[in-house]
Amino acid sequence: MATVTFEGATRFYPKTERAAVNGLDLEVRDGELLVLVGPSGCGKTTTLRMLAGLEHVDEGAILIDGKDVINLAPRDRDIAMVFQNYALYPHMNVAQNMGFALRMAGVPKLEIERRVRAAAVILDLEEYLERKPRQLSGGQRQRVAMGRAIVREPRVFLMDEPLSNLDAQLRVATRAEIAALQRNLAVTTLYVTHDQVEAMTMGDRVAVMKDGFLQQCDTPRTLYENPTNAFVAGFIGSPAMNLLEGTIEPGGVRIGATVVPVANGLHKAVGKSVIAGLRPESLALAAAGTGIPATVRIVEELGAEAFVHASLVGADAVPQKPSNIIARVEPRAAPGKGELVHFQVKEGSMLFFDAASGERLR
Amino acid sequence: MATVTYRGVSRIYPKATTKAVNELSLEIRDAELIVLVGPSGCGKTTSLRMLAGLEPVDEGDILVGGQSVLRLAPRQRDIAMVLQNYALYPHMNVADNLGFALQIAKLKKAEIKARVAEVAKILDLEDYLDRKPSQLSGGQRQRVAMGRAIVRQPRVFLMDEPLSNLDAKLRVATRSEIAALQRRLAVTTVYVTHDQVEAMTMGDRVAVLKDGVLQQVDVPGMLYESPVNAFVAGFIGSPAMNLIEGTIGSGGVTIGSTVLPVPRPLMKAVGPGRVTVGLRPEAVGLAGDGAGIPAVVSLVEELGAEAYIYAQLEHTVRGTMLGAVPDFVVRVDPKSAPRVGSRIELHVKGESMLLFDVESGVRITA
Repeated sequence: MATVTFEGATRFYPKTERAAVNGLDLEVRDGELLVLVGPSGCGKTTTLRMLAGLEHVDEGAILIDGKDVINLAPRDRDIAMVFQNYALYPHMNVAQNMGFALRMAGVPKLEIERRVRAAAVILDLEEYLERKPRQLSGGQRQRVAMGRAIVREPRVFLMDEPLSNLDAQLRVATRAEIAALQRNLAVTTLYVTHDQVEAMTMGDRVAVMKDGFLQQCDTPRTLYENPTNAFVAGFIGSPAMNLLEGTIEPGGVRIGATVVPVANGLHKAVGKSVIAGLRPESLALAAAGTGIPATVRIVEELGAEAFVHASLVGADAVPQKPSNIIARVEPRAAPGKGELVHFQVKEGSMLFFDAASGERLR
Repeated sequence: MATVTYRGVSRIYPKATTKAVNELSLEIRDAELIVLVGPSGCGKTTSLRMLAGLEPVDEGDILVGGQSVLRLAPRQRDIAMVLQNYALYPHMNVADNLGFALQIAKLKKAEIKARVAEVAKILDLEDYLDRKPSQLSGGQRQRVAMGRAIVRQPRVFLMDEPLSNLDAKLRVATRSEIAALQRRLAVTTVYVTHDQVEAMTMGDRVAVLKDGVLQQVDVPGMLYESPVNAFVAGFIGSPAMNLIEGTIGSGGVTIGSTVLPVPRPLMKAVGPGRVTVGLRPEAVGLAGDGAGIPAVVSLVEELGAEAYIYAQLEHTVRGTMLGAVPDFVVRVDPKSAPRVGSRIELHVKGESMLLFDVESGVRITA
């Protein structure tokens, strides 16, 4: 039971020009799974390490349950970490690996046994307690690493890319397991990943970071539907949101050779350069002569849906490189490669961003 | 311009009791991108390495352009490989890395220069020809590795998990780049991956392997809609197809305490008794009329354009990996996703139900 609060937390690495984490204000609620996500170098791991006490905090404060922990040693913070490389002891069996931290902390033997057994039940590891790590599958090792954190009954879990050593299929299954487990245990959890799908599917809320700055922190759906800037819009969602250069004209926004009508107040800003954001599912195939014309480059079939990658026709007139556009379609209605198609924009689904700053225009 | 044919090809590793690749027969068409996919140990990489000449063939024959290549040394097979770790020479710049194989093959300097320039243009590497690999991003290095294969103008490209060193975002972008490039160059390509999403999105056709045995080879849409067995059904698609046990009776198939109608032709083909029922996450809707399968929501995964509900069926108690973990996945509109803990009813869209033999896993078709 704990809240975690970052108050203007900042970290400067020696000899660097900008802060790795810059004035971070963030509150992790009690029992919440909060995901920190962003490209490499965004500061997500540094943030986690500052909370763990493995990294110095140069400015600001970090509070657990309202008390500043900056002056506490890592082991006094009552935090348990699950790493990318599980760092299991190869010569110890599963039970010994899970109980190790408790033994070091001088917990009585019976109590250790009880906690290890309880964690093994939760993690479905009861049959493997005698095994050595090398006799386990990747997924089982991952669970032992989780178990080591659980037995400590900490106030906060920290997880740093815990799924990155698993293959694609197992990753999808394990992310749902970890999320369900965290909900059951209701231990406040800070989870770091570079993968926005993991972030979206696991987080109660997701904090998107870039270049050391927090961009937006919100529920997965709000991030998807209401991104605050073009970076978040392009980062969240796969395939990514189409971000197309456009110019406001009296009738709407010009994208390539087509003018798409715009409903909101933007039509008054004639001549303004904008970035138009369109999710792949906001585009629909339309009859010839209507909508945005494009030539199909490739079709990706995913079973339940297909993605059409196309080049905008007439966009070559724009000095920038030809724009690609991705649309989600019914696999049965997918056009062929090289075909000329027309995309209609679903009403009210287009977002606009300032071409220079990337800030959302509303 | 080449076809590739595997004819009953087997590979038995010394001291192994099973064949790593077991009588593989596969015809790869000219200019096609075929993906070999399967879990680790399925034989996909061994199949690729046999074609490359890096692994002996114990039984059968491999033909390129209609001619057996088994007696040819790797370098005589006119095949270019792109590996997982790009193995670029760190001390050479991009141009030298690209041209190295041609230099070794003693091509004329002017010819090498022309080919490197052409490839750099195709791959958008023109501005980086003087850089060392250490000065490139992961995606650029990946393109140089591709370029090294392209300059050789081989009959066949072999690619072994070329995207696995890229992060999630870049992987999605790069897979469509490679697929588009392969279509443009129209060079026959064998592509190996463990990731079914990569296989589905990139392949003209996809060959699914398991335990050394080819399970099914078909276009992505057919693998998804018409898998030949429960393994392919569960392997292709993410989240995976729900595979649950039911019992066939006179009124249809019983799951827990709910009887679901089975399309009549399928009903004729399946005998009474236990059966594995396959349902895609999108083949199930939420009903409220009391006729569906009762379940409780344990988790909601939001992906933006869609959401997945993980629900525990009330009448089927099955052990899963983590005990507490739910096991039935339903795809829903994120705007109408129910909350965790709420009771729902699963309504099956009848025509989308697949049935498999409970023992062999073989698909039962009408």
